[in-house]
Amino acid sequence: MYAFDVTRPKTVAEAVAALSGDEAQALGGGQTLIPTLKQRLAAPATLVSLSAIDEMKGVCADGGTLTIGGGTTHATVAAEASAYPALAALAANIGDPAVRSRGTIGGSLANNDPSACYPSAALASGATIVTNNREIAADDYFQGLFTTALNEGEIITAVKFPVPEKANYQKFVQPASRFSLVGVFVAKYADGVRVAVTGASENGVFRWKEAEAALSANFSADAVEGLTASADGLINDLHGDAEYRAHLIKVMTKRAVAAAK
Amino acid sequence: MTKVTMTVNGKSVSGEVEGRTLLVDFLRDAQRLTGTHVGCDTSQCGACTVHVDGLQVKSCTMFALEADGATVTTIEGMGNADGTMSALQASFQEHHGLQCGFCTPGMIMAASSLLKVNPKPTEAEIRHHLEGNICRCTGYHNIVKAIMAASGQDVSAIAAE
Repeated sequence: MYAFDVTRPKTVAEAVAALSGDEAQALGGGQTLIPTLKQRLAAPATLVSLSAIDEMKGVCADGGTLTIGGGTTHATVAAEASAYPALAALAANIGDPAVRSRGTIGGSLANNDPSACYPSAALASGATIVTNNREIAADDYFQGLFTTALNEGEIITAVKFPVPEKANYQKFVQPASRFSLVGVFVAKYADGVRVAVTGASENGVFRWKEAEAALSANFSADAVEGLTASADGLINDLHGDAEYRAHLIKVMTKRAVAAAK
Repeated sequence: MTKVTMTVNGKSVSGEVEGRTLLVDFLRDAQRLTGTHVGCDTSQCGACTVHVDGLQVKSCTMFALEADGATVTTIEGMGNADGTMSALQASFQEHHGLQCGFCTPGMIMAASSLLKVNPKPTEAEIRHHLEGNICRCTGYHNIVKAIMAASGQDVSAIAAE
């Protein structure tokens, strides 16, 4: 790693001030950023660690909305998001236990890895990404590979999830990395069903709208039987070609619908 | 350089670290606690697993500065107070849960963290919990067996392989 300073602000305001410095970068749990720094693919002058900011931690259910602090670890979400069981289950299966002790929801969403789990939950739930100065709808937030609506120095302080009637996440794991080769999050709300797919597209997480329409009319695995997910723009690599991923999208969607509760 | 202070295996320790100093380097180089191993240095293998404030973390993927004020336990802190091995460590010996031993510190730290929240895990639960710990001798079978035995469960049904 190149040399850099690490600061540990105690409040969001202090963190925002620290991030306005030259070549400053936010550090969440570091489970992606630290390996990136080791490869010298990033060279910040200052890392602003968000791990000491208590106001960004915690899970709170209130009137059909589950609010999770941006600095909340996957392990805490797994243990405390009982109001949204599908989300708790997703968090409980990210990476491995050590990664879940450190990695945070805000860090995952800010990074927007095309194979990460959380983006699918946020998009399928129509979540709201809360930052230090505004609220961003999930539909506007994800803008492609490792690209989001966040501005330079903007911090995710919380994520608000409307709790669905039923939901489930199915991940077909790439066995070496434990990231999803294809992951599908299905969430059923009173006004319709949302289906978000991660791991599959070269453009990052996306909604499978044909499946949403079919499932909104008939919420059963059979409803997507006649559909075919398009292989256009899907990732083609040694772990699976685009057609294989397209096939998995349908299979994972059916499994998620069948398992939804 | 910045001064950090943390409690390691019950003892308060301090040292000067750079921003980029990893927790594992602070433990191994400054504290000479070389039981914590660096296997891959890419956050994959789990040989560097330690407990920070009771939670298992990969000490190669956390900065020493982030552990300022924390309570850290390493493999050196896992034995009994009288210097003998803990039940979990003894079980690894009894059931041949190690071959070259390189991954063992991480396996013990991961397993003890599982047993704290799940005192009688199933074989599947143990294997799921060990997903972040890689054994280069591929000795998982006896590692799983050792953990089941340490949790007081009958392992006679698990065939030797």
